[in-house]
Amino acid sequence: MRKIWSLLFLLVPIMGVGMFAMAPSSGWWMPKGASTYAADIDHLFNLILGITGVAFVLTQGALVYFLWRYPDAEGRTATYAHGNHRIEMIWTVIPAAILVFIAFYQFGSWKDIKFRKIFAGEGTSPMFEVVAGQFEWRFTYPGKDGKLGTADDVHSLNEFHAPVGKKVVFDLKSRDVLHSFFIPRFRIKQDAVPGITIPVWFEATEEGDFELVCAELCGWGHYKMRGMAHIVSEAAFNDWLEKTKAAEEVFE
Amino acid sequence: MSTAATAVAPGAHAHATHHEMGFFRKYVFATDHKVIGIQFLFTTLIFFALGGLLAMAIRWQLAWPWTEMPVIGKMLFPDAARQISPEFYTMLFTMHATVMIFFVIIPMLAGAFGNFCIPLMIGARDMAFPTLNMMSYWFMWPAFIIMLASFFVEGGAASAGWTSYPPLASVPSAAPGSQGGQTLWLASLLFVGVSSLMGSINYITTIVKLRAPGMKMFRMPMTVWALFITAILQAFALPVLTAALFMQLLDRLAHTGFFVPRDWVVGNVPVQGGGGQPILWQHLFWFYSHPAVYIMILPAMGIVSDVVATFSRKPLFGYRPMVYAIAGIAGLGFIVWGHHMFQSGMNPAMGMTFMVSTMLIALPSAIKTFNWLGTIWRARIQFTSAMLFALGFVSMFIIGGLSGIFMAATPVDIYIHDTYFIVGHIHYVLFGSSMLGIFAGIYYWFPKMFGKRMNEKLGKIHFFLSFITLNATFYAMHVLGTGGMPRRLADPFQYEYLEPLRSLNTFVTYSAFALGLSQVLFVVNFLGSLAFGKRTGEKNPWHANTIEWTTPSPAPHGNFEEIPTVYRGPYEYSVPGEGRDYSPQTEPLGTTAAGAHR
Repeated sequence: MRKIWSLLFLLVPIMGVGMFAMAPSSGWWMPKGASTYAADIDHLFNLILGITGVAFVLTQGALVYFLWRYPDAEGRTATYAHGNHRIEMIWTVIPAAILVFIAFYQFGSWKDIKFRKIFAGEGTSPMFEVVAGQFEWRFTYPGKDGKLGTADDVHSLNEFHAPVGKKVVFDLKSRDVLHSFFIPRFRIKQDAVPGITIPVWFEATEEGDFELVCAELCGWGHYKMRGMAHIVSEAAFNDWLEKTKAAEEVFE
Repeated sequence: MSTAATAVAPGAHAHATHHEMGFFRKYVFATDHKVIGIQFLFTTLIFFALGGLLAMAIRWQLAWPWTEMPVIGKMLFPDAARQISPEFYTMLFTMHATVMIFFVIIPMLAGAFGNFCIPLMIGARDMAFPTLNMMSYWFMWPAFIIMLASFFVEGGAASAGWTSYPPLASVPSAAPGSQGGQTLWLASLLFVGVSSLMGSINYITTIVKLRAPGMKMFRMPMTVWALFITAILQAFALPVLTAALFMQLLDRLAHTGFFVPRDWVVGNVPVQGGGGQPILWQHLFWFYSHPAVYIMILPAMGIVSDVVATFSRKPLFGYRPMVYAIAGIAGLGFIVWGHHMFQSGMNPAMGMTFMVSTMLIALPSAIKTFNWLGTIWRARIQFTSAMLFALGFVSMFIIGGLSGIFMAATPVDIYIHDTYFIVGHIHYVLFGSSMLGIFAGIYYWFPKMFGKRMNEKLGKIHFFLSFITLNATFYAMHVLGTGGMPRRLADPFQYEYLEPLRSLNTFVTYSAFALGLSQVLFVVNFLGSLAFGKRTGEKNPWHANTIEWTTPSPAPHGNFEEIPTVYRGPYEYSVPGEGRDYSPQTEPLGTTAAGAHR
């Protein structure tokens, strides 16, 4: 009976490692990255998965082994010990070092992705503006004058175009409640906050259509606030922009 | 309950036996900490069932969105095609979390175990302020009634998530549940807060002032230490939540505009007032709610430490480091709240600071885990139901702790924030850890509460099934999150990239139903043992050391016939040369018990 419990606890590391081992081949994995920093984030994810995986197997393994090895039995006495200073030092210092390493290791990526001083320094102007609202995304590109909020702006609802292989900086705003701009394949997520304008950037590494998700609860229709990023070559992008401008002028 | 004491030696212990009280004073408006603890336990178990049913409905919708619910669909939604509407879905997950956090885990750990255990374990006759204690229980009732009533107001109960982020929560035109339901949600939580505050002040005072002779701080069991530090956390963090709740209430009722920008329009309705910022709410809310996560886990850690030591027949490994680790978690717990807000739009430099403090807080948690493992190393493990749940806690806490590191890493958090990864993580901490710790505590102290034992065989089957189904449910959620499945979506498969996850997602729902069903065994065991269990009244069924086991079961009014004197620490098990494998705290040191003083 006692051995059964050890085996039950053994299921945890087996399931834990097994599931993550079979996940990628079952399609239960991160969708393929399609932006420049996606690789950084995936690398960090895998690094932490490796470190925590080792810690997970060691600790669960120790638990299972002790349950198997030291069950209550006739003639067995527990060891009378209150602790062991040296062991306690070791298991404090090693995890501390690992945690500090993880903490500092990621500084660079976070700075590159989120610090506006780095990606949106002097001279960069946003390619477009996104205004999130219940339950849609509104995209506005500046017209010929290069300024937003003028008559020649180009509008687009729930889908946007951007060029591949080019750093795209845009302004994110909300017109009612909180939303969050999430393109899973670009590994970008940023809340849209009422009252503030937040610059965001990405650089797509492949052409194609990429789903845009609202990732912050924004009301009953939150689940259907879906958008689409069309990533095309720079020439195709300029072409699209010209055509759309022309179409809007005709419309007006 | 006072009869037990009088029967033993009438008149000998004047202050142990109070005058006879009527039914109401004894069981309803009781001031006896044990009765209040049991009141908290029963009430919270009822809400545990309600919160669980809400979870089942959430899982139904996620696996089979927009389909008619069998049997209950007709009763619940006669006019909505017998299916869950998206509005109703947002309400479901909001209320599931609200009920489980504020009406189950916090009042169960602090209210039920805090009340029942503290005086018994430190050798006090009752809490320092028995009437305040009674009020802390009865202040929960307005909260319960208001929250339940909110389901029936126009627009339904609150539906902006348990985090109630404005403007969605604070502006009535933003969501149906943000009409009357949100006002009632805020009012209800204010009562919960006042109740918790009364409790925590009482616990702090009792532990500082009413310890039995010889019960030095460093002779207190871990359960008491954990509850003590939790009470301090609550006392410092709750005022901030209270202020935040009032601010949102004022925004709604007096148009103060703390959390909404100037000239703002939501749902085509202009918002009165303004000039505020939504992120302010997030700071205030998480300044409380992150410590609240520790309020929801530290007492369970304490319980587990006691249960593991008792059934290992071995001293707790590293008692003082365990205490320092809890204190460390509590201290650091106040400076990590920003890790909920990495993507919120706050200055990303602050994200770095909070990331570092969050990495640091993983350290005391790791130390605790190693100490539990050290305790069962070369032990003599008795696989009782309580012990199995405690060991389950250790195993699950490892997963919950390690998966937290992913979210703490800011760049990784960009991707997994607000996905099922965090849902899996929080359920490993709150169900896998806190709830298993609570079950361990119930199986462990049930004999002391009622003088009867719970059925061990049923208890073990309950553990076996819960352990398997909870892992099937929540582990898979991590994988769903890795696949990028966002939380809080009424129908995730609107998104094409999630299509490969559909089968796994349905599997999670089946597992969740099995997990829910497994808890029926607990209800049967708990109520059955209560009604039909043999009343043995054994003082110390587990051969444990702490002093609650030296008094009759159930303990009489006033707890102890005579206040015991404490001579040693709580974990003196298998002391060489002492004849038996436990040495109660009340027994003077044996001549050979060197080192017992530690």
